[in-house]
Amino acid sequence: MNQLQNFSKGFIRENPALVLVLGMCPTLATTSSSLNGMGMGIATTFVLVGSNVVISLLSGLIPDKVRIPAFIVIIASFVTIVDLLMQAYVPDLYEKLGIFIPLIVVNCIVLGRAEAFASKNSVLSSLIDGLGMGLGFTMALGILGAFREIVGSGAIFGYKFIPGDGILVFILAPGAFIALGYLIALVNRIKKT
Amino acid sequence: MAKTESTFRNMALALTLIALAASTCLGFVYEFTKKPIELSILNKKLMAIKQVVPEFNNNPNEEMFRLPTGEGDSLDIYPAKNNDAIIGYAVNTYTKDGFNGNISLMAGFKPDGTIINISVLQQKETPGLGTKMTELTFKDQFNEKNPSDFQLKVKKDGGDVDAITAATISSRAFCDAVQRAYNTLQKGELK
Repeated sequence: MNQLQNFSKGFIRENPALVLVLGMCPTLATTSSSLNGMGMGIATTFVLVGSNVVISLLSGLIPDKVRIPAFIVIIASFVTIVDLLMQAYVPDLYEKLGIFIPLIVVNCIVLGRAEAFASKNSVLSSLIDGLGMGLGFTMALGILGAFREIVGSGAIFGYKFIPGDGILVFILAPGAFIALGYLIALVNRIKKT
Repeated sequence: MAKTESTFRNMALALTLIALAASTCLGFVYEFTKKPIELSILNKKLMAIKQVVPEFNNNPNEEMFRLPTGEGDSLDIYPAKNNDAIIGYAVNTYTKDGFNGNISLMAGFKPDGTIINISVLQQKETPGLGTKMTELTFKDQFNEKNPSDFQLKVKKDGGDVDAITAATISSRAFCDAVQRAYNTLQKGELK
């Protein structure tokens, strides 16, 4: 597998949110608007890239039996760094995402990539894998958020272009499930052709 | 590179070293972001104060004092002064009656108790319904009203406030918070 394929697999073929169906908690909870979803995706991307690189660097040194606690410590450190940085420099977004930033620690995508990819591959491959997966996740959250924002409140990126209230259910949690379901169906259709 | 064997010594050593390295990194990041975080919290508060009281030239944050609400709690009051004359008070008030937990507001009052403006600091109301309390059409109906002759209750409860459609509970909670701020100021005998 060349590096380009390695990078692009995160977008459609192995998209973490839409094909692997990992990390559903932030996917459903933070996509009430496109910007929130993308902010969450970018924070996750940072953690994925950082943890993938460090874990592939250290994978030879970490004994097999304690690899999971070691991975979690590394991931948690990156999440805390993101948490502090966002609190300092983008306080508005930080407030909207709230508890879901610290919860990146338990996001299955991050540990999944560490265990399945970074611990077995070179540093460069792991970096590219983290970047591709993270951006694929960001893309999925951005699309889902944009759809919910347009249908639910008649706005995109915070700019209202349809007056009135929109379909309320798409802003609430059930709408997230409905929209995600159709998005997964669409991706499956694309993959088949 | 050969895999490190899972002996007790290796495991303890690896985990200790990783934890040490991680905590060192975090220490640096914490020190580095401490100032900006404090600054952004302070800025947010000052922005809210500026929104709800007229132009001032003192530092309301430094002159902050607390007044008891009479319910076993107290509110933060930020006095706004122009050349040492009190021109208004910004009150950081709250309500527990929100649809989804507490709502926190910054309410500005003139010294005679008239509401100047209100800004929502924190709310977790239903998106699209209760969150409309942050929109001008709802919260600006309080401006220039004095709670002594303006009943802080929604019309359904016999008051003077136009509730948000489909969000009566959130509207009631908003009124409750403003009323608490007003009562506290009056009890504090700030004329």
